[in-house]
Amino acid sequence: MKAEREDAWARGSGSASADETTQADTRRELLASADFRHLVARRWRVSLVLTALLFVLYYGYILLIALDRGFVSQRIGGTTTLGIPLGVAVIFGAWALTGAYVLWANRTYDREVARLRARVKAE
Amino acid sequence: METTLGTPTLSAVLCFLAIVALTLAVTYWAARRTKSASEFYAAGRSVSSLQNGLALAGDYMSAASFLGITGLVALRGYDGMIYATGWLVGWPALMFLIAEPLRNLGKFTFADVVAFRLRQAPVRVASAVGGILTLLFYVLAQMVGAGGLITLMFGLPYEWAVIGVGAVMLAYVLFGGMIATTWVQIIKAILLLIGVTVLTVMVLAQFGFSPGALYSAVAERYGQTALEPGGLVADPIDAVSLGLALMLGLLGLPHILMRFYTVPDARAARTSVLYATGFIGYFYIIVPIVGFGASALVGRDLIRKIDAGGNMAAPLVAELLGGTPFLGFIAAVAFATILAVVAGLTLAGASALSHDIFTHVVRRGRATEAEQMRVARISTIVFGLLAVVLGILFKGQNVAFMVGLAFAIAASANFPPLLLSIVWRRFNTAGAVASIVSGAFLSVGLIVISPTIWVDLLHNPSAIFPLRNPAIVSMPLSVLCGILASLATREPDAEAKFDDEKLRTYLGIGAE
Repeated sequence: MKAEREDAWARGSGSASADETTQADTRRELLASADFRHLVARRWRVSLVLTALLFVLYYGYILLIALDRGFVSQRIGGTTTLGIPLGVAVIFGAWALTGAYVLWANRTYDREVARLRARVKAE
Repeated sequence: METTLGTPTLSAVLCFLAIVALTLAVTYWAARRTKSASEFYAAGRSVSSLQNGLALAGDYMSAASFLGITGLVALRGYDGMIYATGWLVGWPALMFLIAEPLRNLGKFTFADVVAFRLRQAPVRVASAVGGILTLLFYVLAQMVGAGGLITLMFGLPYEWAVIGVGAVMLAYVLFGGMIATTWVQIIKAILLLIGVTVLTVMVLAQFGFSPGALYSAVAERYGQTALEPGGLVADPIDAVSLGLALMLGLLGLPHILMRFYTVPDARAARTSVLYATGFIGYFYIIVPIVGFGASALVGRDLIRKIDAGGNMAAPLVAELLGGTPFLGFIAAVAFATILAVVAGLTLAGASALSHDIFTHVVRRGRATEAEQMRVARISTIVFGLLAVVLGILFKGQNVAFMVGLAFAIAASANFPPLLLSIVWRRFNTAGAVASIVSGAFLSVGLIVISPTIWVDLLHNPSAIFPLRNPAIVSMPLSVLCGILASLATREPDAEAKFDDEKLRTYLGIGAE
C-alpha cells in the first residue's frame, strides 16, 4: 500500500492535493540538494574505480598470457607454473573487490540513503 | 579402468529418484504459496540474501560449467583454468554497475528497468526479443547437452532424456513458479558444491594433499605444456572479446537479473551478489583440481574415448575414486543441475512473454491478477515445449558455440540499454530500440560469418569476420547506436521522468 503511494509520486500522477504538492516540493528539493548529488557522484566514483580495477585484474591477466607466454609458463617450484597461482589470484582479487564494495556500501552508502529518505518521510 | 557409465546402476537411479522426489515435494509446498503474480515471478520478494546467493550460484553453475570445464582442464590443461576464471569476473561487475539500480527500478523483468521512463510498447517488444533470443540459445545448448549427457550416464534414449527434463522442469515452474525454482536452485547448488568439494578432497588425497604433486603427475604424463597456456589465448583480441562476452554478458542474462526481484531490497540484492561471488569463485577454484585429477588418474585417452569433448571427466574420476555409488551421486547431481538451470531459463522466458509482451504491450499494463497468472502459465508451457522441440530437432548438432553466443547477445543487446537507461538522462525509446536491435543483429550476424560457424560448421575455407567471439565489436557498436539514435530524437517525457527515476534508483523511494 505504501509502495503504491510512493509509486504514484514517482510517476507524478494523482490529484494535486496540498499534501502531494508538498511531497513534490520535497522531492524536488531533495533532487537538487548537494547531499543527494554528492551521494550519486560518490556512488559512481566508487563503482567505476572498482570496475576499472576489475578490468585491470582480469584483462591484465588475459593479455599477460597472450603477450608473454614465457613469463606465465615459468616454473615456481616443482612443475607448478606461475600461471596457476595467477589464475587463482584473479578469483581472490575479484572477491576482494566485491567485498570492498559491500563494506563501503553497507557502512557509508546505506547510512546516507537512510538519512536522505528520512527527509521525504518527515514531510 | 572399467566404467559403468552408460548403464543405469542402482545407486545412480536411487540418487536420481531421491533428487526428483525432493524437488517435486518442494514444488508441491511452493505451489500452495504461489497465488499472485508477484509470488509467481518474484517469490513474493521474500527470499533472503543467503538463499538468493545460493540460487544465483545455482542458476549460473550449469552442467556445462561443471562437466565442461573439468573436461577442458583434463584434456587441455591450463587453458581450462583460464576459461574458468572468465566465468567468475562478471559477478563483481554485476554488483558495481547493475544490481542495486535494477532491484530498485524493476518489478519482474530487466525490461521493467529499460522501459521505466520510455514508451512501453516498442521498448518492451525489443527487450523481450533480446531477452528471449539470449534464453533460446542458452536453453538450446543446455537441452542438447542434457540429452547427450543423460544418454551417456544412464543409457536413456536421447529423445526420452530431453522430454523427461522438459516434463520435470515444467512441473517446477508451472506449479511452483519462482518459489519452487529458487528452492530447486538452492538444493542443486548445495549438492553441486558438496559433490565437487568431496571430489576435490578425494583427488588431493591421492597426492598427499599437495597440489604440487598433482601438477607433477600431470606434467609427467602429458608434459609440462599441460601446465602452460596453450591455444585458448593465442589471439589477444579474440581472448579479450571472449572475456568481455563472459563478463558483461552476465549483466544481460534475463534469468540471472530476475533473481534480484526475489529479495526485499537493494541491500539484500547487494549481499546476495557477495554470497554468489563467494560460492561461484570457490567452485571455479576447485573445479580445475578435479580436471587435473581426472587427467592424471583416469587419463586423457579414456576420457576422450567415452566423450570426445571431455564431458565425462568428472564422472569418471568420481567412479575411479569413490566407486559406483559415488558415480551415481555425481551423475544425479549433474542431472539436477541441468533440471534447475533449464527451469530458471524457462521461468525467465515465460516472464518475457507474459509480463513484457502480454501485460504491457497487449493489455497496456492493465491486466488483472488472475489474467496475469493464467498467461504466465500458458507462456511457461509455450517456452518449455519450444525448449523440448528445439532440443530434439538439434540432436547431434554441435551446439557448443551457443552458450558463447547467448553471452554475446546478452552483452551486446541487453546490457547496453540497461546501463544507458540507468545513467543517461537523454537516453530514449529510439536509443533503446536501436541499441537492442543492433546488438542482437550484430552478435548473431558476426558469429555466423566468424570461424566458429562459417568455417567449423559450414566448412568454408576462410571466415569473413576474423574473430571467434563477436562481443568486442558488437557491444561497442550497440552502445554507439543507442547514443546516436537517442541524440537524433527527442523525448521530453523520458527526460522529465529521469529525476523521479533517480530517487528510486539511488534511494529506493517507490521501489516495489
